[in-house]
Amino acid sequence: MPTSADSAHGFFDLNLSKRSRIAVFIAAMLLVPTFLLPLWAMTLYSNQFPDGLHLDIFTYKLAGAKTPARDDLREINTLNHYIGMRPLLESDFGEFVWMPLVIGFFLVFALRTVVFGKMSNLIDNAVLFLYFGLFSLWSFHNRLYAYGHNLDPTAPVKVPPFTPTLFGSKQLANFTVYSLPGPASYFMIGFFVLLVVAILLTRRPNRAAS
Amino acid sequence: MGSRRNFSRFALGAGIALLIAGSAYSGCARRPKVQRGDTAQAAIATYVAPGDTDEFYLFYSGGQSGNIFVAGIPSMRHIATIPVYTPYPGTGYGFDKETKAMLGGYSWGDVHHPALSQTNGDYDARWLFANDNANNRMARIDLRDFKTKEIYGPLPNVSGNHGSTFVTPNTEYILAATRFSVPLPKGSYAPLEQYATTYKGVVSGVAVDPKTGHMNMAWQVLMPPFNFDLGSGGKGASDGWAFWSCYNSERATGKLEVTSTQKDRDYIAAVNWKAAEQAIKNGKFKTIGGTKVIDPKDTPGVVFLMPCSKSPHGVDVSPDGKYIVGSGKLQSITTVFNMGKVQDAIQNKKFTGDEDGIPVLNYDAIKDAEVNVGLGPLHTQFDDKGYAYTSLFVESAIAKWKMGTWEVVDKIPVAYNIGHLCVPGSDTMHPVGKYVLALNKLSHGRHISVGPSQPESSQLIDITGDKMKLLYDAFTEPEPHYAQIIRTDRIKPIEVYTKDDNKDPNAIWDVKDAGVTRNGKNVIVKIAAVRSNFTPASFEVNQGDHVTVYLTNIEQTTDELHGFGLMEYNLNVVVDPGETKTIEFTADKPGVFAYYCTNFCSALHQEMQGYMLVKPSAGAKTALLKMPSPAGAAR
Repeated sequence: MPTSADSAHGFFDLNLSKRSRIAVFIAAMLLVPTFLLPLWAMTLYSNQFPDGLHLDIFTYKLAGAKTPARDDLREINTLNHYIGMRPLLESDFGEFVWMPLVIGFFLVFALRTVVFGKMSNLIDNAVLFLYFGLFSLWSFHNRLYAYGHNLDPTAPVKVPPFTPTLFGSKQLANFTVYSLPGPASYFMIGFFVLLVVAILLTRRPNRAAS
Repeated sequence: MGSRRNFSRFALGAGIALLIAGSAYSGCARRPKVQRGDTAQAAIATYVAPGDTDEFYLFYSGGQSGNIFVAGIPSMRHIATIPVYTPYPGTGYGFDKETKAMLGGYSWGDVHHPALSQTNGDYDARWLFANDNANNRMARIDLRDFKTKEIYGPLPNVSGNHGSTFVTPNTEYILAATRFSVPLPKGSYAPLEQYATTYKGVVSGVAVDPKTGHMNMAWQVLMPPFNFDLGSGGKGASDGWAFWSCYNSERATGKLEVTSTQKDRDYIAAVNWKAAEQAIKNGKFKTIGGTKVIDPKDTPGVVFLMPCSKSPHGVDVSPDGKYIVGSGKLQSITTVFNMGKVQDAIQNKKFTGDEDGIPVLNYDAIKDAEVNVGLGPLHTQFDDKGYAYTSLFVESAIAKWKMGTWEVVDKIPVAYNIGHLCVPGSDTMHPVGKYVLALNKLSHGRHISVGPSQPESSQLIDITGDKMKLLYDAFTEPEPHYAQIIRTDRIKPIEVYTKDDNKDPNAIWDVKDAGVTRNGKNVIVKIAAVRSNFTPASFEVNQGDHVTVYLTNIEQTTDELHGFGLMEYNLNVVVDPGETKTIEFTADKPGVFAYYCTNFCSALHQEMQGYMLVKPSAGAKTALLKMPSPAGAAR
């Protein structure tokens, strides 16, 4: 009778079924659009801005909406200076350097899994990606916390330190701020879900065979 | 004989006076009803709900105020004033180096006839031109940012540029003409007794660079000393021609009211501008006042005179270009000339005489109709359904008449004494027959009283049905003459200047680049304005320094304007988002002077201020010490 360790060992050594590999390949492809689409989106509505000031956070850049009549990132920074918030500068975000690299790593890792077809690789891929996702959320929250708490004490308008909302909406002075995941986040969730599906797809036929 | 003529002159003058007075104070028996529209219908037709915007832009001239006014139709709300020939502290126009240079030392102009640029006979929404009747200039407003970009003039040889700024179908030329003939070149002297022979008028074409819009005098035609009045560019059947009405073909001086109204007919001058171009190319011109002038005596075929009923004012070309409509303001008819017949008369030399070598065409050979429109006809506009609308100054009314049958089909009273009228696109090949705007000279009793100085009135009239319907009375600053109306969706203005738009080499985009540099007595101050501060918030100069301030509004958000008012230095400029302006002055007054934001910008607008510290020079210090001390003060 095999020990549980043997059983686990055997599971990690499984060769991935064709369907699993296809699932992992599709998952890898889901990462491609994350280089193009926003990861997070914030919109600030007020009486003066009924159409909202819009800020998109990509894995590699910040992008305020730009129209012939407005540069929203510049406007958000102008407004934030009244409460002493640091201007949102791309150069302040280390994430913009490492995030695309890490996602690139996961893409390559996933393709490697397709080629070698090992369950161990697939599990590593999924677990590491979960860590990465949770770390990114924590890091993003930390960013927001830092922006909302390190306010210039000499600012003309004093507000109690706050953490801008990560999910959902919040009233901030005359602005209602909506913060929601962008399409890139959904593709990343899709990536993770497909990896889990791939794991399940391999497990079942093997069990049937034994 | 002489006394009899004098009597008839008096009678005519008195008759007109009575007619004008009659429109204002009629007796009880035939008192006209107060002019009103159907209230509910008119209210719905003109109501633009809060948050909604208008269907048409209305650009109307500001007359002697030297501006262009922008309003919306159908609401008739005044939305903006575009300063052109007059300093306008509201936008800081005429205070910064660039606009000051453009005004060229003049502090007023007299804008009568704005003209939208055209391509293929339709508005192309690129530029709006505006004439200056007083100082003989023309200006170009860019419709990308609604700002005056160029003032051209005083135009050589043109004296009283009234018959302007009408354009040709591809904005090849802007028309310009002399209203008050003088000896040429300008600056010459000749006694008034020599008016008929030595004084000269000109009609001219100012070329427009199709890329930049830059204006430049291209050709002029030397004309007898008539008073050239309104102009109109030929199009379609009359493409290649330009027309100007004129009064005082008597070549009279003195009180023109009498001296210039003796003949039964005056003229419309028809200029073949393609022939004028050819003449210039062939070197058939004289150089007068530094410009190329064609003398019709030496170069036949360039200009012809069409007799028109007495003292005509308006001349208007129909959208297809087939008809030229002129109205003698002292008669009750409007004459419709047929361009085909005009060309036939020219070809077959159907002339009845000449004026200084310019052939006069046979009136009966070129006219299609005399339309019995009513008293004091001035201007005619056209719709897209084959109707024409003629303003009747003396009668205070608009007559609607049918092209072809020449019958008057409707008439509507206006309040009061209409000058120009405007149907959207009437001067193009595709008018929009939705409204006619009556630009009236008198408005008394139609608004809350503001004392003796009364505003002008503009009335919006619906022309979509058989009967014209009065919709709205609007009142304006002095003094709209003609207007241009264009569909709102045709114009797409920018609202901020981006870095790419701002070509000023002294623009700064970051507060880090702001600051003071000194080179001898020249001090350069680069100031960044952004909510709610100036950087630097103070600067110091020595008395007598020449100070240049480059002020940049580093905002990129629409409607975030900042001003820069410098106390007791008589300076105020306003910079739009992303705009840089240059302010130059000599710091001749010692002391400490505040500068502050004059255009309300933000919650901390009041705090947006700074100080210019002017250190007294040594000499000035002594002067201060030498100031008399108050009597009895202890030393």
